[in-house]
Amino acid sequence: MLLIRCPYCEEERPELEFRNAGEAHIARSANMAGESDDDFEKFFFIRSNPKGIIYERWRHMHGCARFFNAVRDTVTDKFVMTYKAGEPKPSKLPKNSNEVVAK
Amino acid sequence: MAKAAARKTAPVTSPSVERRPALAGRSTTGIGVKVEVLPPAERISLRAPEASLAALSKALGVTLPKKPKTSASKGGRTALWLGPDEWLVIDEAGKDPLADCAGVSALHSAVGISHRNIAIAVTGTGAAATINAGCPQDLSPDGFPVGAASRTILGKTEIVLLRTAPDAFRVECWRSFSDYVFTFLSEGSRDAAV
Repeated sequence: MLLIRCPYCEEERPELEFRNAGEAHIARSANMAGESDDDFEKFFFIRSNPKGIIYERWRHMHGCARFFNAVRDTVTDKFVMTYKAGEPKPSKLPKNSNEVVAK
Repeated sequence: MAKAAARKTAPVTSPSVERRPALAGRSTTGIGVKVEVLPPAERISLRAPEASLAALSKALGVTLPKKPKTSASKGGRTALWLGPDEWLVIDEAGKDPLADCAGVSALHSAVGISHRNIAIAVTGTGAAATINAGCPQDLSPDGFPVGAASRTILGKTEIVLLRTAPDAFRVECWRSFSDYVFTFLSEGSRDAAV
């Protein structure tokens, strides 16, 4: 079983307590009605789906119930780091993940 | 608000408060572990920002814990940290914490959930093993010391777990899940003995 670190509970918890909530850092337009169909499609349906590092929203559903963001490698399924919701996308990932990033 | 005020004047045990506890009195004893349904208690779900905590702690008579996975207990009343702005307050002394919160003007949301939850006590040397039959958390004395509290899962249901003594846990679950949880723990207690 995966252990996922919840930034609010400040410890690693079993994955059964968590739910994935899709890709993170997708900005919602302030003027949704003025969006063109193409832009709305991009916002609403199109996801990056990378092979490697992905930034995702997760929810500690059966714990503190908070949403937070996680950096995960889709190849190894390894969680590189997690951080609180609302915090900016980390510009630099922790050192021990270099090996993962290089792939 | 009006309901809270009315309950302040009438004792909780008055016959007008008709209460039909689920699974009342059920218990099962295995080798080294006992699973029993605890008597009804008063409970509230409390949500409040940091700024309101001092006023609420004073009104409730118990200091609301701010550290994850902790609880605080005083005079039969226990406050369990569930999230950064969420607590479960359980009163076993028959006083209504909802009425105590009603007089607090600081921003907060207190919802009475006394009848929503059922408490099950799991005690004995095999208590941790019994709960671990369906709960993936680390329940070793270091990982989950006495007083530690957490919302987690047991089998297919969500529970709130509180360690009340080195070999005693309080499992809080929703009333409609209580039959499943009790049966699950009973089965778990048989496995724990092995």
